[in-house]
Amino acid sequence: MIRAAFATGRLRRVLVTALLWGVALLFLVPMLWMLSSSLKPNYQIFETPPRWLPRPPRWENYREALTILPFARYFINTAVIALLMIVGHLLSCTLIAYAFARLRAPGREALFVVLLATLMLPYPVTMVPLYVLFNRLGWINTVLPLVAPAFFGAAFYIFLLRQFFRGIPADFEDAARIDGANLLQILWRIMLPLALPALATVAIFTFQYAWNDFLAPLIYLQRPELYTLTLGLQFFRTTYTTNWAYLMAASLVTVLPVIILFFFAQKAFVEGIAVGGVNK
Amino acid sequence: MTPETLAANAPAHPARRLSLAGREALTFYLCISPWLVGLLVFTLGPIAASFWYSLTRWDLLSAPQFIGLRNYTHMVDDRLFWQSLRVTLHYTLLYVPTELIGGLILALLMNQRGIRSMRVVRTIYYLPSVLSGVAFVVVWMWLFHPTAGLINGTLARVGIVGPRWLADPNTALYALWIMSLWGLGRTAVIFLAGLKQVPQPLYEAASMDGAGAWRSFWSVTLPLITPTIFFNLVLSIIATFQTFTSAFVATNGGPLDSTLFYVLYLYRQAFQYFAMGYAAALAWVLFVIILLLTLLILRSGTWWVFYDGEAAQ
Repeated sequence: MIRAAFATGRLRRVLVTALLWGVALLFLVPMLWMLSSSLKPNYQIFETPPRWLPRPPRWENYREALTILPFARYFINTAVIALLMIVGHLLSCTLIAYAFARLRAPGREALFVVLLATLMLPYPVTMVPLYVLFNRLGWINTVLPLVAPAFFGAAFYIFLLRQFFRGIPADFEDAARIDGANLLQILWRIMLPLALPALATVAIFTFQYAWNDFLAPLIYLQRPELYTLTLGLQFFRTTYTTNWAYLMAASLVTVLPVIILFFFAQKAFVEGIAVGGVNK
Repeated sequence: MTPETLAANAPAHPARRLSLAGREALTFYLCISPWLVGLLVFTLGPIAASFWYSLTRWDLLSAPQFIGLRNYTHMVDDRLFWQSLRVTLHYTLLYVPTELIGGLILALLMNQRGIRSMRVVRTIYYLPSVLSGVAFVVVWMWLFHPTAGLINGTLARVGIVGPRWLADPNTALYALWIMSLWGLGRTAVIFLAGLKQVPQPLYEAASMDGAGAWRSFWSVTLPLITPTIFFNLVLSIIATFQTFTSAFVATNGGPLDSTLFYVLYLYRQAFQYFAMGYAAALAWVLFVIILLLTLLILRSGTWWVFYDGEAAQ
């Protein structure tokens, strides 16, 4: 009886593991194929049936693909935007979220509902009037339309940080207040050190968003020297439509920073996503 | 009340004249003022302005010309408007159910106990969803290549002539659908968090009552994760109505407008034809559609979403 149960338990585990890895393989194939194609010489890329291993791998593809267009420049442009957005979100969202979490004021709950409602507002709805506004301000072909709004808070991160702040026991702050600390001191010395994991999540999500964003840069950055990586890659794709080896090499380099970040900060990624779905 | 008026009313020590609660409220509004300004300047203001734009004919160069509701009546006869609406709805009906069911199945797989390689597998499932963007699309364009792509190449090996995927108006939308499913890990992670919230004793009680795995899934798991299903449903619908990058990069709406998504059409009107008035009207229609859909789902939630007394702290 016990042996049978053990046997079925083990059988079950083997089956589940096989299923898990079968599905995992499906998820991996596009990435492996991207890597394989990026290393193929041109005459091997259109081979049918397709072969997995480039013989021999042609590493020059990377150097060539990345120098045909100024990808280094695109890289810097994207990094600058991402960095400014991260600074903007960290500064604004912490302060706003702390107020929503801890300070009592008439109208607070109603405003929080407004905040949650704006979470559901799709970007395309305000796309046209925002363009008109930024055009009037003379901000087209600058990073300001992408970066400036970040300094005025972003609903999702305010929500995320507020949830986190509410989870921190109030005793710490009370003690500090008795010692005469003011709000900014409490925020800086007590809340922020405790909220580091949540702040990391905000920074990482903002980075990922800025790195992948396409529509907003497409609208506001029309001069090639201002292009971000996604714009550069799209430009590259329309110019070298059939050179798939170069395209795969460029794509891979474009996503590499996000992949590296993901491996180092998987926990922050996963927890940030989960917050919205469960706490509410 | 601004700090200035408060100071004017309080001759000697302005701060001291305020009660403790008043000071706290003032601080609250000071702290959230960036958000309030942003809300007015980047959200509410533009929405209001765009309603005015939607009543005009405007190419950004000359002054807007008031034309009443003509932009809206024009939509009725605009074949491409209806096409873009049809494409978006078709895609929503295709993608949302598969995303919810697929994401839940993936989450159930990720939630299995006692599997040694689970951490690696979870990482693999989740990784593609952080790569969204142009690169994500470009990779799939290559996989979908009609002759040399991996998919048709592999099909050819077993003697099947694969479809022309993105190049065929009958399959292009389905190709975009398959492509999006690569990002399923994101939905799955939200479901996984929901699954972990189901109290273990409930499963023990169910199994003591003789429920098998299947029965306890339907009677315990599913009702208890309805809030998560609900959350994913709202998120997913709003996201599909915003589909842009994949259609712009992979097909640019083609072939034969078979992937002309609503936002792509809106983008074209605004930034390729500079028909700002018409684009603003399209944006308003999108806004109303999403608002109605969201309200409808929120309403329906009272029928099927189960809120535990404890969970809803």
